[in-house]
Amino acid sequence: MGVHVQTTINGDAVEFACGVDESLLDVLRNRVGLTGAKEGCGTGDCGACSVILDGRLVCSCLVLGAEMNGKSVETIEGMADGNVLHPLQQHFIDGAALQCGVCTPGFLMAAQALLRKNPDPTEEEIRFGLAGNLCRCTGYDKIVRAVQAAAKEMRG
Amino acid sequence: MSLDSHSSDPMNPGLVERKFKVIGSRVARPDGVDKVTGRARFGADASAPGQLVGLVLRSPHAHAQIVKIDTKAAEKLPGVKAVITSVDLPDYTNGDRSMLDILENCMARKKALYDGHAVAAVAAIDAATARKALALINVTYKILPHVTDVDEALKHTAPIIHDHIFTEGTPQKSEMPSNQNKHASYGHGDVEQGLKEADVVISRSFKTEQTHQGYIEPHSCLASVSPDGAAEMWVCTQGHFVYRNQCAILLGLDANKLRVTSSEIGGGFGGKTHIWAEPLALALSRKANRPVKLTMSREEVFRCTGPTSSTSIDVKLGVKKDGTITAAFAELRYHGGAFPSTWAELGAQTAFACYDLKNVQTISKDVVVNRPKTAAYRAPSAPMAAFAVENAMDEAAKAIGMDPLDFRIKNAAKEGTKSSYGPVYGPIGIGPTLMAAKNHPHMKAPLGKNQGRGVACGFWFNFGGQTCVDVNITPDGNVTIAQGTIDVGGSRASIAMAVAEELGVTYDHVRSTIADTSSLGHNDMTDGSRGTFSTSMAAIFATRNAITVLRNRAAKTWEINVDDVEWKDGSAHPIGKGHGNLAPLSLKDLAAGAGNTGGPIAGHAEITADNAGVSFGTHIADVETDPETGRSLIKRYTVIQDAGKAMHPSYVEGQYQGGAVQGIGWALNEEYVYGKDGRLQNAAFLDYRIPVCSDLPFIDTQILEIPNPNHPYGVRGVGETSIVPPLAAVSIAVTNSTGVRQTHIPMSPPRVLKSIQDAKAK
Amino acid sequence: MRYEVPVTAKEAASLLMKEKGKAFVLAGGTDLLVKMKAGVVAPDLIVDIKAIKGIKEIKKTATGFTIGAAVPCAALDENAALVKAWPGVVEAANLIGSKQVQGRCTMAGNLCNASPAADSVPALIAAGAKVVITSSKGSRKLAVEDVPAGVGRNNLKKGEFITAIELPKRAPKSGDAYLRFIPRTEMDIAVVSCAVNLTIDGKGIITKARVSLGAVAITALLVKEAAKAIIGTKLDDATKAKLADICSAACKPIDDKRGTVEFRTTVAGVLARRAAETAYTRAGGK
Ligand code: FES
Ligand code: FES
Repeated sequence: MGVHVQTTINGDAVEFACGVDESLLDVLRNRVGLTGAKEGCGTGDCGACSVILDGRLVCSCLVLGAEMNGKSVETIEGMADGNVLHPLQQHFIDGAALQCGVCTPGFLMAAQALLRKNPDPTEEEIRFGLAGNLCRCTGYDKIVRAVQAAAKEMRG
Repeated sequence: MSLDSHSSDPMNPGLVERKFKVIGSRVARPDGVDKVTGRARFGADASAPGQLVGLVLRSPHAHAQIVKIDTKAAEKLPGVKAVITSVDLPDYTNGDRSMLDILENCMARKKALYDGHAVAAVAAIDAATARKALALINVTYKILPHVTDVDEALKHTAPIIHDHIFTEGTPQKSEMPSNQNKHASYGHGDVEQGLKEADVVISRSFKTEQTHQGYIEPHSCLASVSPDGAAEMWVCTQGHFVYRNQCAILLGLDANKLRVTSSEIGGGFGGKTHIWAEPLALALSRKANRPVKLTMSREEVFRCTGPTSSTSIDVKLGVKKDGTITAAFAELRYHGGAFPSTWAELGAQTAFACYDLKNVQTISKDVVVNRPKTAAYRAPSAPMAAFAVENAMDEAAKAIGMDPLDFRIKNAAKEGTKSSYGPVYGPIGIGPTLMAAKNHPHMKAPLGKNQGRGVACGFWFNFGGQTCVDVNITPDGNVTIAQGTIDVGGSRASIAMAVAEELGVTYDHVRSTIADTSSLGHNDMTDGSRGTFSTSMAAIFATRNAITVLRNRAAKTWEINVDDVEWKDGSAHPIGKGHGNLAPLSLKDLAAGAGNTGGPIAGHAEITADNAGVSFGTHIADVETDPETGRSLIKRYTVIQDAGKAMHPSYVEGQYQGGAVQGIGWALNEEYVYGKDGRLQNAAFLDYRIPVCSDLPFIDTQILEIPNPNHPYGVRGVGETSIVPPLAAVSIAVTNSTGVRQTHIPMSPPRVLKSIQDAKAK
Repeated sequence: MRYEVPVTAKEAASLLMKEKGKAFVLAGGTDLLVKMKAGVVAPDLIVDIKAIKGIKEIKKTATGFTIGAAVPCAALDENAALVKAWPGVVEAANLIGSKQVQGRCTMAGNLCNASPAADSVPALIAAGAKVVITSSKGSRKLAVEDVPAGVGRNNLKKGEFITAIELPKRAPKSGDAYLRFIPRTEMDIAVVSCAVNLTIDGKGIITKARVSLGAVAITALLVKEAAKAIIGTKLDDATKAKLADICSAACKPIDDKRGTVEFRTTVAGVLARRAAETAYTRAGGK
């Protein structure tokens, strides 16, 4: 039996119907048409599906779509302000913090959540703050540096 | 265009002298914005109207005869549109055993050869229905004895996996089927004699466990076969042309009837150079007459797509007190999973490639076991060989009281050295990377308590291969490039840089895209570090051809001889007497007038790019080991590698860092764990432990540029060498931090703690 | 499969009680969804308890702290009073999975899932925590160590679910600590773990203690002899060695993909010693 859900995604009111066993990730990708969040594992181990749910960073693969009534979801598609990239996005490009880029949406969401909580993190805080996101291409070096650069810019 | 020839000092073969305008800068990649905004479309991000969900049923047994597959109940389930087994994939391979092996790996025929081997597949209207259908397929297996360990598989008592495999390459022709599919030997000189001349002989055995490339994006494809037999496929791959060619053969299609479009690729590292489930998606689509999307789960990725070999290696080194190596020998045993391979042979070729040796021999044994088919993994086979050889080098240096780095410098290969695998080297970077390591501040930094430092070097061949590129000038005077090699880490930017450089325009006027298989000639895979090397070369040649056209058009416009037209800084300039009053014609001018001077302006190049230029690297690792738990953490890490010429330094650094960290993961924690039942126990990122951000420090890089004389800009492949030294460097560091020689990779805490306890007990 | 979102505990309990098929409680869902995905469980009914009033709150009470069953672990370290009183419990809860997982997972779920390697469980046992279990008949309390019944099994009856975890009031000069061994720095399941909770007197002598081990038996263990060994001491080297030996001896581990019997046994002792040192320092001992 399916459920009917009314929710908010990136500030927009969204309605969908889904099966009870469908994850928020399934719903975003297959029902709402937002494929920015990726499924790297489906079991909470890679962070590629990270979104911000009511202000908390979560793995969308570990949340049911059915739970979304009245909730607010932020995804990578809502990160830029119109044509203007978020400083994190810009520094990821400028600092070559992505190679294949499949982990990038998850890292950007995680970094966003981290900097909201802690605008001036140490290198160690960044590394632990991003430990739930796997990247196999970069060795994390340029990701950490891009987050440092973006944090600095955002602090002004 | 000329490259400065290398100097006569073998340790410093010279640097690229040409002044570049675009090459060497750090431009933004064309796919960057799409990838930070979620727009970029990866394998699983595409959909087609009416698409079905494809799922695969996999063997739970390591080795079993397939007695019967009953699919009736699954076929009857409402919503199921196709069920296939090997019957739906008849053998079109025409006696080509290697193609038949590929087919058999994609779908088991008479036997399931490993845990995870596909035995049937379904296409249904949604995932839930497809899952139910899989559960309704009834497979009757007859379980056979299995073997998953490479040394066990070589024993006489081991079950024989394939009765058609006889060892190839042995001195006497083998008469009995064997699990060893190949024997090979490389080297020169007289090792026996060399060992007699030695003051010290080091003899050690090493083991490495199986690892996976661990790309974050699971395999995914969207296949659509129409009733007239024409087919399309969208797929994440490192080589859509090769996928096209192989799928066409296996499906009995003409290659021109299958158009393959490559998605953005979420990592491959060799694992996406082989076809896995793509023929199944095509066969399902053909049977269902609907598009089929087939995406693997992470568990499937681990259980049935290309891990690397686990290995067992013996090394013997004979050394004189003055540091001369009198003899070097290694026997390397690698498995290729359930199918014949040549991974051990590749290991045998790379093992001693860093050194200048008088007497050297390597023997390789390639073995089949009941594990998934082994795939290439970044400089395949070289890291394990380097692990064994570099540890023996370290031990030998210590035995004669010489600094291990000085010992390597003394024995380093140089221009003119006959390599242990045959060829004589041209200008190479092993000496310079070792010297750079010796002079690096990292080597002088003090070590803390329980810390150890390891240095090791590594080699990779680099490949060239078949490549073609189209360069088109748009009517408004900009440039599009169609390349056929997959961009795995920013190569579209590098290729556009090469074209901009050659054409004398700025980077923002040039844009490269990956063409589908019907829009360009065949291109080999992005593997063997060939992507940027060979594609930039083809792009440079294609641009030169376009420049010839441009000069002709200018000559036509000016009504002068083409020899009197020079191309400089993005414009045609008249040269010679009598043309002084002609204003230069820019790319924009010529493009605007193209309709009147002969039509669209383009350049093409089709090449087989040989001589990719071998590559060397030296790494320095500092490790801290907890003596009470055996856990090791990386404290500092430096990569020094020769790039020939770094086209985009940030992307080159990224390759160095990424490869090093993959090697660190392999060295410390990554391994396939098989149970006694021959089943994989850790098919998830939870227990297949790739490094996380908090495991690591920054990875320092130093790019050396020893130009490759065979590339117009001196470029060498850079993608793979960085994974070769880490297993060795980290294990030597742990050897130094614990005082116990580490001979088994990964150095997981239980293994290291046991080695410490065993050493204490002695 | 049905999905219900009751707003009272009573309603939730009656939904669970009445369901003929397989009913599952959904709080954070970080274990349930993984099991559903793997096909290990196929619920007929999912009861989402997060809309129940008060179930997402942390309350400081006269007798300690009451932590609602649906409080995500990430919220624990945002509560300064809780962190101050029970740093070991909070650090254990904040070791479960990743930041993303902590945004969802709950200590009550960690406990009910009944993995012997659950991070928060040894810390809760050492702390002497109790759970409040609700059913349509009312509620009862149970010590945390009595909740798990075996690997993946717990002692809750049909129609029962946990609504809160209660941590006792902190005596002065007390400290707790939790340590686990994992091969990486994050993202792993504990190979072996240990929690120590202790109180000292004015002279630095330990007057009360509880020691718990994780991942070395089918459920987390409360090791009473270990506590006995450190009570009455100032945690001198000989005591620490004895503590380590007792903890190693208490292990009944298995060989698996994560570690060997030998390794777990040795490292349990090492962690016990280190956790005790931290707890002792936190209590103000020198
Ligand atoms: S897909 Fe959700 S954590 Fe990997
Ligand atoms: S850039 Fe490829 S996984 Fe991170």
